[in-house]
Amino acid sequence: MRVLDSLRFRIASLFRRSQLSAEMEEELRSHIQLRADDLERSGVPRPQAERRARIEFGGHERFKEECHEAAGGAWGESLWQDLRLAFRMLRKSPGFTVVAVVTLALAIGANALVFGALNALLLRPLNVPQADSLYGIEHGGNGYQSYPNYLDERDRNRSFADLAAYNITDAGLATDKDPSHVWVYEASGNYFDVLGIQPYLGRFFHRSDEHGPSSAPYIVLTYAYWHTHFQDDRGVLGRTVQLNKHPYTIIGVASPEFYGTLLVFAPDLFVPMVNHGQFGAENDLNERTKDWVFEVVGHLKPGITPAQATADLNSVGAYLEKAYPNEEDHWPFKLVRPSLYGNFIGSAVRAFISGLMLLAGLILLAACANLGSLFAARAADRSREVALRLALGSSRGRIVRQLMTEAVLISLVGGTLGLLGSASLLRRLSMWQPFSRFPLHVPVNPDAKVYGVALVLALLSGLLFGIVPIRQVFRANPYEVIKSGSTGIVGRRVTVRDVLLVVQISICAVLVTSSMVAVRGLIRSLHSNFGFEPKNAMLADIGLGLAGYSGDAASAMQRRIIDVMETIPGVSSVAFTDMPPLNMDGAMSTVFTDKMTDLRPANAVATAYMFGVTPGYFDAAGTALLAGKAFSWHDDKGAPRVAVVNREFTRKVLGSVNDAVGRYFKLRDGTRLQVVGVVEDGKYLNLTEDQQPAMFFPILQFTSGQTWLVVRSDRDPQQLATAMRGKLRDLDNGLLAYIQPWNKELEGVLFPSRVATVSLGILGVMGAMLSVTGIFGMAAYSVSKRIKELGIRIALGAQHREVLQAALGSAVKLLAFGSTAGLILGILASRLLAVIVYHATPRDPVVLAGVVLAMGLLGLLATWIPAQRVLHIDPLVLLREE
Amino acid sequence: MAAQAQLLPGTLDLLILRAVSLGPLHGYGILLRIGQISGNALLIEQGALYPGLFRLVRQGLLKASWGTSENNRRAKFYELTAAGRKRLREETDNWNRLATAIGAALKAQLEEV
Repeated sequence: MRVLDSLRFRIASLFRRSQLSAEMEEELRSHIQLRADDLERSGVPRPQAERRARIEFGGHERFKEECHEAAGGAWGESLWQDLRLAFRMLRKSPGFTVVAVVTLALAIGANALVFGALNALLLRPLNVPQADSLYGIEHGGNGYQSYPNYLDERDRNRSFADLAAYNITDAGLATDKDPSHVWVYEASGNYFDVLGIQPYLGRFFHRSDEHGPSSAPYIVLTYAYWHTHFQDDRGVLGRTVQLNKHPYTIIGVASPEFYGTLLVFAPDLFVPMVNHGQFGAENDLNERTKDWVFEVVGHLKPGITPAQATADLNSVGAYLEKAYPNEEDHWPFKLVRPSLYGNFIGSAVRAFISGLMLLAGLILLAACANLGSLFAARAADRSREVALRLALGSSRGRIVRQLMTEAVLISLVGGTLGLLGSASLLRRLSMWQPFSRFPLHVPVNPDAKVYGVALVLALLSGLLFGIVPIRQVFRANPYEVIKSGSTGIVGRRVTVRDVLLVVQISICAVLVTSSMVAVRGLIRSLHSNFGFEPKNAMLADIGLGLAGYSGDAASAMQRRIIDVMETIPGVSSVAFTDMPPLNMDGAMSTVFTDKMTDLRPANAVATAYMFGVTPGYFDAAGTALLAGKAFSWHDDKGAPRVAVVNREFTRKVLGSVNDAVGRYFKLRDGTRLQVVGVVEDGKYLNLTEDQQPAMFFPILQFTSGQTWLVVRSDRDPQQLATAMRGKLRDLDNGLLAYIQPWNKELEGVLFPSRVATVSLGILGVMGAMLSVTGIFGMAAYSVSKRIKELGIRIALGAQHREVLQAALGSAVKLLAFGSTAGLILGILASRLLAVIVYHATPRDPVVLAGVVLAMGLLGLLATWIPAQRVLHIDPLVLLREE
Repeated sequence: MAAQAQLLPGTLDLLILRAVSLGPLHGYGILLRIGQISGNALLIEQGALYPGLFRLVRQGLLKASWGTSENNRRAKFYELTAAGRKRLREETDNWNRLATAIGAALKAQLEEV
């Protein structure tokens, strides 16, 4: 309370200042008048009396200042004085000021930017009530679960208030004319009740709406979709629309803040999960081996710890294992934060953003080191001024406060600029849609926390680099400085400034190294072998299910589409697959040897990716057939089950490539398949995966809800896409097709490494800029400090090389030392990068040479101007000046 | 004048309180009053009085108001507040104890040496 009062008093006194001053002035004047009156009375003439009264009074201004201080106004006032002086000093050296402010703005901006992302993606909980106790469940290291398992978990656990499930899929929504493509959350009936949220309009669906498969044809729209597609029409409630050609009723609209339970993905609408048959395979709801439910989430009961809940779920798991030995194994449960899909996206995002935060912190540290040495140099240049002030009776504390005020002023201005820049970038990032296909939702709008952190960082760094020159002030001996002018103090060979510079250069070298490693990795991954040829191929996601085709009708339609596509001139091959590789999704199955009879998961020899493809797929995809043959249209439902496998599969399951053709293996459900062909290895889910086994089935023997068309042609993609669209329209107006060159489609899988490369590239450039300014500052300062000495050397006949060595030798040495340290650290740090960026290896001669070259060039650039100055020293002019 | 003593640090406040305790005074009046009650034995720089006055006002020991002096000049008059009166009593006691102790100590030293 007292502190508050005192603060209020002080602030008030700041504003009272002019009034107080006038009053004080009047009082002191009145004193002098009274004294003069007395003197006059004792016979002194008035003018002399007033003069004497003033002299007797003593230092008028000094006492006034002391009065102010005594009255409590000193604090605010001297701060104001410091600020004004700081402004004047900074305005006097605009170059220094601009460099300092820009450096800080960049460093603080980078930190605010990364922290904004960290805050939004990792710190901020989901926007639902009591997000703290909301957990997602992973089963056997897998987010996906089967629907029967979800039901068992829901009904048999005792730790969760309730468990909800959801799955993400796409569908065709027709209001009255042609259908449009929508992203759908299939949610369990209790989904909204588990989350504890209320609708914006109408009602949500509930568990009581579920009465068996496809019994609940209800739609809840997200606010955004309602807003953009129904123009905020409240009359939309109760309207019947067609979803994948099935009638659905719109019953409600979710609130604007709610966009599902996955942080980065915003769906268009919600439908009950019991209607899954209308979006995927009919029997998915009953099969325990089909893991298609995206995530199971729920609130822990009050008082239950995550560890207790995990143990509880594991006992449910033990029950499942006993009851369904063929389907279930000893797969432990894990609780995860739901917002980033547990450990799948979450751990990579967490590792990456934390890494970036660390690098951004290093940038700020480097910037502080940079500014610290600039400030130290400036303080040394101002040693005369400081000495003069000390000699005139100013306290050291006061001078330090003045220097600190300058530092903090710079840091606040720089911090504000950086924050404004990063806030606008964050806002733009929130609206960023890198994939045309997926409604990415990155809610990284800056909030109070971001602003707070940025300002605190700015203040802290101001104090940090402001402290550097303070020792200098305390050591300064005013008499020495004034006597001898600014001294080039010889003695200590390694100064704080040198250490700071080495630290800074090595930090910058770390950044340059890691950005180069990332860029190299990205370039390599663009040119690596995927196991298919994305060039000259078109990929079309054709929503057969969305247009109402299923089962045999869908197969017939696929053949018709292939036939018409082959009539397009320039098309060499056409095929369907249920899922192209590297498409962020991949179905897997456990595989058993032919001899195995006990098909428990523990007895499996491998887990392999599964793809359903039409004949001609390997031609269309550009996948090389190593042995055997591909499928034909005769491999249909009636024919024996066959498969084409990749080389890794033959190695793991069958032994070798050569005798693989003709041999058999088994799937989880006991199906026996004969291998008819072997293809080359490839990448299936992401670029950083280890080599995985894969198997391809004839699409007629392996039905799936999704259908992707692959068209190989060397025609111009735009023309080809137009032609394809035309052919599709001729077949059926209701077919929704998403057509894109395969190269483009791969952007999704390259997205993480691209983001990593861009962010590291930016940080690397910032690091490079900082090291240039740092070295430049240091070199320029040491040249200006020693210019007299250098002039004498030149006058005595020193050669250019010797003079340069004397002037810049130490800067170059520090540069070399710092770069080496940074390079080594950078190589160590790059091991982390390999997780995200495919092919990121620091043991790459190009990277090593690149870093050395880059640091060398930066050094050359930074010392160029000081070197020029040294070479143009005219000793005559110099000696005359002093 | 030559025999005037330097003030001990901190004693000016006590003198001001004492001077004002005899009735409201303006700054110049306080100086005269101190001179009068101390027998002009103390050297006080005139201006140095004012920071002390402001400090005492801020501490709530004095209160100030504008008025007119005996020769019709506008001047600021100071008087003791209740807190000031209390402080004056305490400080006087303190001072007496201190003076007695120091006096005794100095005397004792003389006798023993």
